[in-house]
Amino acid sequence: MRARKALVVGAAIGSAVGAVALRRRAGRSRDRVELYFDDGSLVTLAQGSSEAVPLLLHARELLAAARG
Amino acid sequence: MSVSVKRVSQAADALAHLTEISTQIEAAVVLDREGGVQAATIDDERAGRIARAALELFRQADAQREQELVQLDAALADGSVFVVRDAERLIAATTGTGPTAGLVFYDLKSALRGLAAPKPKPKPRTRRAPAKRASTTRKKADEST
Repeated sequence: MRARKALVVGAAIGSAVGAVALRRRAGRSRDRVELYFDDGSLVTLAQGSSEAVPLLLHARELLAAARG
Repeated sequence: MSVSVKRVSQAADALAHLTEISTQIEAAVVLDREGGVQAATIDDERAGRIARAALELFRQADAQREQELVQLDAALADGSVFVVRDAERLIAATTGTGPTAGLVFYDLKSALRGLAAPKPKPKPRTRRAPAKRASTTRKKADEST
């Protein structure tokens, strides 16, 4: 009975840790552009937004050129 | 002609210093506001491609808002791209994944500042007046009295 309880708690903790790790990984791998303006404002354009598409295209070109 | 050669040399020095102090930066290119390459840490062909892409990226990003864009970074799956501008030129750089953006921006801005500030000229040596002359003047003054 005690072993079963420990198994359930272990599985719950494991799945919670896994979910957090997956979410972090997904967030990190998402391409984005951050724009800093002269008035101190910052705009983040994430992959998928229409504004980000052309910018990410040029950024990929730039990175590819740098790496030959 | 000599001025532009001097500028290119200054830009090359700035990039050499930049790659020395920043371990995160893989490649960097200094370009003018029209996209002309002033200096680069990589070969001319790739530098030209980077300059064109950086200028286009910066112009399109600048058009996003009414405020003037001063710097940007793009985080991609396999690396990051940074572009910073000052009044005369831009500097574009690439890094690996997960760079410390604040540090990279700081290093790029320092490089641009170094290019903008003229190097201090060495002070010209001041000559000492010969001792003989002083005595002659005194003599003349004595004669006049």
